[in-house]
Amino acid sequence: MEVDYSGDIMTLNMGPQHPSTHGVLRLVLKTDGEIVADAVPHIGYLHRCFEKHVEDVDYAGVIPFTDRMDYCAAMNMEQGYVLAVEKLMGIEVNDRVRYLRIIMAELSRIASHLIAAGTYGNDIGSFTPFLWCFRDREKILDFFEETCGARLLYNYHWVGGLMYDIKPGMEQKIVEFIDYFEPQVDNLNRLLSDNYIFIQRTANVGIMSPETAISYGVTGPNLRGSGVQFDVRKDEPYLGYEELEFEVPVGKGEHGPVGSCWDRYMVRIREVKESCKIIRQAVPRLTPGDVRENVPKRVKPPAGEVYMRTEAPRGELGYYIVSDGSLKPYRLKVKSPCFTVMSAFREVSRGAMIADIISILGSFDIVLGEIDR
Amino acid sequence: MESIAKLLQAIPKYDALPELLQFLIPIVTSCVIIFALMALCVLFMVWLERKVSAHIQDRLGPMVVGGWHGWAQTLADALKLLLKEDIVPASVDKILFKMAPFIVFLGAFAAYVVLPFGASSFVTDLNIGILYIVAVSSLSVIGIIMAGWASNNKYSLYGSMRAAAQVISYEIPAALSIMAVVISVGSLSMVEIVKAQDGSFLNWFIFKNPFIFLAFIIYFIASLAEVNRTPFDLPEAESELIAGYHTEYSGMRFAFFFLAEYANMLLVASVATTLFLGGWTLPIPLLSEIIPGPIIFLVKALLLIFIQMWMRWSLPRLRVDQLMYVNWKVLMPASFVLILGAGWMAIR
Repeated sequence: MEVDYSGDIMTLNMGPQHPSTHGVLRLVLKTDGEIVADAVPHIGYLHRCFEKHVEDVDYAGVIPFTDRMDYCAAMNMEQGYVLAVEKLMGIEVNDRVRYLRIIMAELSRIASHLIAAGTYGNDIGSFTPFLWCFRDREKILDFFEETCGARLLYNYHWVGGLMYDIKPGMEQKIVEFIDYFEPQVDNLNRLLSDNYIFIQRTANVGIMSPETAISYGVTGPNLRGSGVQFDVRKDEPYLGYEELEFEVPVGKGEHGPVGSCWDRYMVRIREVKESCKIIRQAVPRLTPGDVRENVPKRVKPPAGEVYMRTEAPRGELGYYIVSDGSLKPYRLKVKSPCFTVMSAFREVSRGAMIADIISILGSFDIVLGEIDR
Repeated sequence: MESIAKLLQAIPKYDALPELLQFLIPIVTSCVIIFALMALCVLFMVWLERKVSAHIQDRLGPMVVGGWHGWAQTLADALKLLLKEDIVPASVDKILFKMAPFIVFLGAFAAYVVLPFGASSFVTDLNIGILYIVAVSSLSVIGIIMAGWASNNKYSLYGSMRAAAQVISYEIPAALSIMAVVISVGSLSMVEIVKAQDGSFLNWFIFKNPFIFLAFIIYFIASLAEVNRTPFDLPEAESELIAGYHTEYSGMRFAFFFLAEYANMLLVASVATTLFLGGWTLPIPLLSEIIPGPIIFLVKALLLIFIQMWMRWSLPRLRVDQLMYVNWKVLMPASFVLILGAGWMAIR
């Protein structure tokens, strides 16, 4: 977008300590009054050498590190890794493990999208949705805590199985939660999504065309917000997602052009409902079984390489593992959805206002732990 | 103030004091009374805000300090702020930085002088009362700009520039909607305005004619913007500007900004009460004799404040250009129309 800049350019350093950079992102803004001529993201403040570090850790020991990438959806992070190792070793898990993994992944997706929606409301200036979302997220974390003892970083998925089975009677509780939760989504829509001011602030802002999104390799809700129907769960099913019925919501551009912040936000809200649908279908399919049945004595994959991608809440999460046949991965590379969307940030935010920068950043729903690793 | 002066006359040998003291003592006394009343109201409002926001957000809010529903929480917070170290960052403009909170506060405080809390409880009844309020309350913009400039912080500067643009713009529709009432009464005196509404509910200006009802709506919206409340809280937009113009402030100076913010809220609610909701009057025969005027006045004002809080915790924030759009393209034309309408109703 071409913008006519009249005055002097002032450099505004936003972050790494700033309430709405969602972690430790630093943005260097070139501003002309309220208009931003250029926004350059600087990342790396949370870099922990994950990929190098795990080269010296055995395969099972990598799982806690994956938790710490996207700490808002740790279940999905470890699931992607575990699936990659299983693919490399050729382990087939039983049905109970499969469906438990789906349930956990979808609960985690709901929790993650609740954070996204809540903090987005906060970014736009409405604090109440934040607490409403966190109230419901707490209930999901309670399930996780009951199952594996942890509320944020679970270390729950094991190569070939799961750490523990769920507690007896929890299936019922999960369904009850979904019954309670689905109307809450409509409540949130009434409070925030359909609010006139909210629509004014987010529709028509931060338009990412499908071409831009694809050319930058954007995935997940951000890509679907631009109207591209791509979901790894549908297009390259794993864990048996193909047996379950669910829609892949895409941005339709109800308010303004397709690919606006509102579309990206709304895709997440709709995905939450789809996740509820998936959980409803997965719970009755839980057959009795031993969740540690297929756990190998020693995780020692044969020499070779594997790429496994899963649909994490923030997009396509890929693990590329090179094994030399030893107990430790020779190389592990993560394809991070947040990193790719962050690369599109500069183009999308060009010519926006300062308030729009926050709006765009919030609609990307990035987690710095995953970008920096 | 006259009644205070009379009370003081009763003190033995009061007349023997120097004339200057005789002149100053009633002034200082009434200032202290107003300040105490204001501080009390603000403490209550902060507590109320926390409770209202908590219940909107499905939580409890302060529950511990003081026992009953955490009533002393704000007292404890205020004490904490007052006892904190007074930090003045090294690179700020020290004089302006230290002065700014008090000027902001002064703007709010000075306006209280003419607020008629009851039939006889006001400091003074200026014949240009409402004009005085409009003038004095815009003083605080100067303080805000001083704070933003002196802080040597770009976020503060942004916040203060936004505040200045916003407050000055929204003063126009606010003043115009006040004019609608003034046209109907034919006086700028706050007491006269309230007296004109005595008698029955239908005499309250909000119910008197449709144009003044519109004026009330416009005044309410514009006053939200003037006191930087959501959806117009851009100057202190936390998610964008951290804390806006008071980013660098802490301790007692921050407390003064905070006090001024809530005092301003109470001020605009009080002005709206005086102009549109009949001030201290309550046209229910028995009750109006039992309940003292100031209580009626404060209840009405608190009702408006509750609506302000309700909006704050439900609505997102506008963007700068949308804020200006609302002012110049919606509120301004509407307020011109209502001035014409109110004028026509007055001479009809």
